[in-house]
Amino acid sequence: MYRKATMALAVAAALGLSRAATAQTQDELKALREQVRQLDRRVTDAEQAAIQASSRPASESAMNPAVSVILNGIYSNLSQDPNAFRINGFVPTLGEVGPGVRGLSLGESELALAANIDHHFRGTLIASISPENGIGVEEGYIQTLSLSYGFTVKAGRFFSGVGYQNQIHAHAWDFTDAPLANKVFLGNQLNEDGMQLKWVAPTPFYWDVGVEAGRGRQFPAGPAGGRNKNGVSSGNVFTHVGGDFGTGTAWQTGVSYLSTSPQDRTFDDPAGTTNTFTGQSRLWVLDGILKWAPNFNPTYTNFKLQGEYFRRKEDGDLTSGTAAQTGGFVSVQSGWYLQGVYQFVPMWRVGYRYDRLNSGNTSFSAPLNAADFPILAAYNPTKHTVMVDWSPSEFSRIRLQAASDKSRSDVTDNQIFLQYIVSLGAHGAHKF
Amino acid sequence: MKTILRFVVALSSAFAVLPAAAALNVFACEPEWGALAQELGGDKVSVYSATTALQDAHRIEARPSLIARIRSADLLVCSGSELEIGWIPLLLTQSGNSKVQLGNPGYFEASQYVVKLEIPKVIDRSLGDLHPGGNPHVHTDPRNIARIAQALGERMAQIDPANADGYRSRGKSFLERWQAATARWEQQAAPLKGVPIVVYHRDFSYFINWSGMREAGSLEPKPGIPPTPSHLAELVDRMKNQPAKVIVYSPYNSPQAAEFLSERTKIPSVMLPFTVGGTDKAKDLFGLFDDTIARLLASVK
Repeated sequence: MYRKATMALAVAAALGLSRAATAQTQDELKALREQVRQLDRRVTDAEQAAIQASSRPASESAMNPAVSVILNGIYSNLSQDPNAFRINGFVPTLGEVGPGVRGLSLGESELALAANIDHHFRGTLIASISPENGIGVEEGYIQTLSLSYGFTVKAGRFFSGVGYQNQIHAHAWDFTDAPLANKVFLGNQLNEDGMQLKWVAPTPFYWDVGVEAGRGRQFPAGPAGGRNKNGVSSGNVFTHVGGDFGTGTAWQTGVSYLSTSPQDRTFDDPAGTTNTFTGQSRLWVLDGILKWAPNFNPTYTNFKLQGEYFRRKEDGDLTSGTAAQTGGFVSVQSGWYLQGVYQFVPMWRVGYRYDRLNSGNTSFSAPLNAADFPILAAYNPTKHTVMVDWSPSEFSRIRLQAASDKSRSDVTDNQIFLQYIVSLGAHGAHKF
Repeated sequence: MKTILRFVVALSSAFAVLPAAAALNVFACEPEWGALAQELGGDKVSVYSATTALQDAHRIEARPSLIARIRSADLLVCSGSELEIGWIPLLLTQSGNSKVQLGNPGYFEASQYVVKLEIPKVIDRSLGDLHPGGNPHVHTDPRNIARIAQALGERMAQIDPANADGYRSRGKSFLERWQAATARWEQQAAPLKGVPIVVYHRDFSYFINWSGMREAGSLEPKPGIPPTPSHLAELVDRMKNQPAKVIVYSPYNSPQAAEFLSERTKIPSVMLPFTVGGTDKAKDLFGLFDDTIARLLASVK
């Protein structure tokens, strides 16, 4: 359109000039000038119209929220019965910590909706649809946009900022399953109902400080679903610093402290009895991540190193289901993992993870007897995991993973997973 | 008490190393917008470019250092048209900085001010990583730079009214020099008219449109999908029947695919700077076009 208008102007100008040469009167010249001026204005208008026509408003699908769906499916080959899965030496969390079912299965599908609500808030809903046809709210929160000075507030249900891996959605994990430490200390993944206040410091390097208050709806708080009380049942504080080394390495390290006071938190012993804990649970997590890509261009090759160290102290009263007796219970336990993922050519990555837990010191005071809690008997689980994955585009990934899992004190579970993870719809953005 | 004191000392020293508070902090998503903001702002702005010519703006990690920079920005200048969709939204929500959020004067999308090319008629992910709003690499047409310079200059004057006159006079001077340079480039690029060109990604579409060159193929089988052997073989065949004159790629692309096609077809391949900093000569926006045209002319001779 713009082209056409320019040409019209050129022709008109040329005509105008030849005619101007023969123009006898001032009036004729004046009329021509006016004609050119009008044409010029029309060209400018046409240009503006073309710009507007070619510029869609920069919103997400006009006014609809951005919608995306994650699908994943898995083939599992497990040498041990997944129904008998347990992590010895640690209190069972009632979370989805097991390796899943044997054979072919559909993984959890995710439906995510997100949009700016107005100039103050952004809203996100991420629903998970389990293969058993249940729908759960994985995350559903609002977040402020208009606070300044580095502050943001989140409210609703969200993955707690405790540690590093906990905040990342399962579909963006580098391995099929969570590290053992996340399984025993956070029940696989802790999503809390509550509020988060975060402040990013005005420093040239990255520095954040955050605090979360929640209802304690999940392990390590308890009972499941949260306590029947006003106020706050779970608190978390965290801070991270991060930055760049040179022109290819980005890093971030952080520490978080999660404190809860479980009341009547239950766990089933493999023997079939139900035990109850009431007291204090305090968890420290130290996390670190390093990402390298030549010139920060991860398209061809890149490397990612990630590790976390967990340390938890639980102190309170334990009621044994076997003996129906209550006594003092103190445990100090720790665990860590370290994983590296290397993209050696475009689309292809390999990774290795080492997991180790330390059941540490667990003491029972009279009248409790350690023999009544066989799952808490001292044992240090370990696990080796290797994976290779292929991502033909940003939206699909196929992964083969093998693991040797010594979560159980008596047997080694050799696991093989073949998995696909794809995303449909709005372009996702992944956290560092 | 001692710990608190130490904390306060650490905090204040952290503040001390911040860029001068008086300057307008500009966060540019790409180096070309950093260079433009610098031209228009002079010493009144402190410009940080989030990416370099060696990075693909489609694929950037939302690194902590970028969050720290956007936290203190007064003005965000990006290409837009969903080029930065994989990282800018994340940086914005984490920044806690209301000034640069979408809808505020501190948020500036350059591609909104020009006529966009290649707006897809059909949008489907099976066609590759399409941009529904059109091709976002608008800076490769010098006429677009002029339009965006005008809009950006006005925006800077709006955000920083104390220095508005300075931005306007610098903008006027820049546009005068730019118009003169554009006229020169138009003459220099005249021999490129109608010359068939093979691109890596469709990031030179605006340049091709301006110079009157003709796109004869792309090394990527589909936008955002890296070159595949089968697609390259097909290109080799196509070049036998309808040979292009030059194969171009950007500094952030691996030269392998271009070299492969060049060897098989004897068509010269050349790396173009693509943006400021892409080559030694592309030190600023003027150098970018000087060097782009010079490199193309040298190859198609």
